[in-house]
Amino acid sequence: MTASLTRYGLRFVALGYLLALLIVPVVMILRKAFENGFGPFWTAITQPDAVHALKLTLEIALISVPLNTAFGIVFAIMLVRHDFPGKSVLNAFLALPFALSPVVIGLALILAYGEGGWFGKDLANAGFQVVFSMPGMILATLFVSLPFVAREVMPVLREIGDEQEQAAATLGAGAFTTFRRITLPAIRWGVIYGVILTTARCIGEYGAVAVISGNVIGETETMPLIVKRLYDGFDKQGAYSVSVVLAAIALTTVLLMTLFKPKVEA
Amino acid sequence: MAIHALNVTKRFGDFVALDDVSLEIPDGSLTALLGPSGSGKSTLLRVIAGLEAPDTGTVSLNGRDVSTLPAHRRGVGFVFQHYAAFKHMTVARNIAFGLEIRKRPKKEIKQRVAELIDLVHLEGLGNRYPSQLSGGQRQRMALARALAVEPEVLLLDEPFGALDARVRKDLRAWLRRLHDEVHVTTVIVTHDQEEAMEVADSVVVMQKGRIEQEGAPQELYENPVNRFVMSFVGPVSTLGDALVRPHDLEIRHSPNGTTRAATVDRLVHLGFEVRVMLTLDDGEQVEAQLTRDEAAQLGIDAGSSVYVRPRAERHFADGDESDGQEPATVSQSSP
Repeated sequence: MTASLTRYGLRFVALGYLLALLIVPVVMILRKAFENGFGPFWTAITQPDAVHALKLTLEIALISVPLNTAFGIVFAIMLVRHDFPGKSVLNAFLALPFALSPVVIGLALILAYGEGGWFGKDLANAGFQVVFSMPGMILATLFVSLPFVAREVMPVLREIGDEQEQAAATLGAGAFTTFRRITLPAIRWGVIYGVILTTARCIGEYGAVAVISGNVIGETETMPLIVKRLYDGFDKQGAYSVSVVLAAIALTTVLLMTLFKPKVEA
Repeated sequence: MAIHALNVTKRFGDFVALDDVSLEIPDGSLTALLGPSGSGKSTLLRVIAGLEAPDTGTVSLNGRDVSTLPAHRRGVGFVFQHYAAFKHMTVARNIAFGLEIRKRPKKEIKQRVAELIDLVHLEGLGNRYPSQLSGGQRQRMALARALAVEPEVLLLDEPFGALDARVRKDLRAWLRRLHDEVHVTTVIVTHDQEEAMEVADSVVVMQKGRIEQEGAPQELYENPVNRFVMSFVGPVSTLGDALVRPHDLEIRHSPNGTTRAATVDRLVHLGFEVRVMLTLDDGEQVEAQLTRDEAAQLGIDAGSSVYVRPRAERHFADGDESDGQEPATVSQSSP
């Protein structure tokens, strides 16, 4: 009796927490966006600036997610399977993007790559502008979303151990074949979960991108940035509508990944 | 020689896993590396396979120095204690793995996999996943996978260690038959002396990173070179400074000058064998082994006062088990 009371109590608390923090606000956004029907929503999200922001956001994500997925897997394998000097330092550095405020990350990137920065001049002379343009925004996005794949893959790698990889080696498989045929399939769920989180972060990042992009309307404005600008400019309809699109993209990512679940989980 | 390891040393930090070990294993033999945990037997096997790099020393397979070759170029088959099954592949794909790596034609792979599935008695299970097999079946799959590529040598690292006693006994009898069929040079690592004696032509006893003795099972049992080997390859009772096999301990009702008085504590009936637990006059406890008929004839029971004497006993130079190859003295007296 008390056991089931505790169980129901726990469920109630957990659901209530979720409801207050997540579900109510999201539902409110949806309601506000469609308050005046579908027309105003459509107008808001098809205005040229919004369309450009959507395209820019997706472009940045399409470049950042594969890069950080590849590097995340490499980092995870290095940190779990290999021993080398400075390993603990690298491990700590991998937590830095979580620990550091995104605004600070944006400022740090401006300092490094801006006109007065370490590489800024050389890059500018080579005709390559980083700050206030897409390369800088990609850098900022890469930085903030770096740890997700590695953090998801590392515990899985530890759990599967290295016996399967050793068995593959004794059967004649070289390092790359072993990775492709044994390790990658074994860690795929860690990778997929990491990709979901990376994608979400790439699309939703505000602080670091806001600082380094310079907020040039119609040029370096991503979706989170346009939401903020519209909201500040009292275009609530526009802000809520673009927010809904952002939320829809996030939801679609999660759903797509869930659909790819294999039928036989060995 | 199918396998020749020469002066192999391997340290893990301060721990010396292999201390200047040399070993030759003849072609087509089935050899057991026997020793307690930490004796270096698994490390030696992994060094031969290339899964562990020795600090010093060389390894040759069939006369070819493979010391600098990585594991995937050595052509050895390796079977792990915990199967190391590829969990995301079916049994057939697991077995085919080495052949696919070697880019053999599809038809040939299919035929070879079918043969191997028959060989290890997994008929009809080719499309199962490892998680749908029992431990014994998984290990037979792992064996078929290792044999598929026709390795020069087959290395088994405690292959039956994770299985229950019954399955283990079946599998080792099966492994012996398989070896008689396939003839591939095989090395099996085990800490179970019965397993080593039952399966292998030749047993290598290891302790603390060194080889204590190697020889045929009977040779080791009858002529152990030191106290450690004697007590590791079979049961022993200690009478003073002499080591006696329990079946070499005679129990009599009357003294005869060389006997010592003892009291029977307990009789353990194990079918054909009867174990007699005794306490000697000085309080030392020894164990004797009789056949059922001998025990019945003797007519002893718990509490009986008896006299015991060793029919054969062994003395080693000193009591230190880790001492190397000191000569043993044997005294034999007629019953």
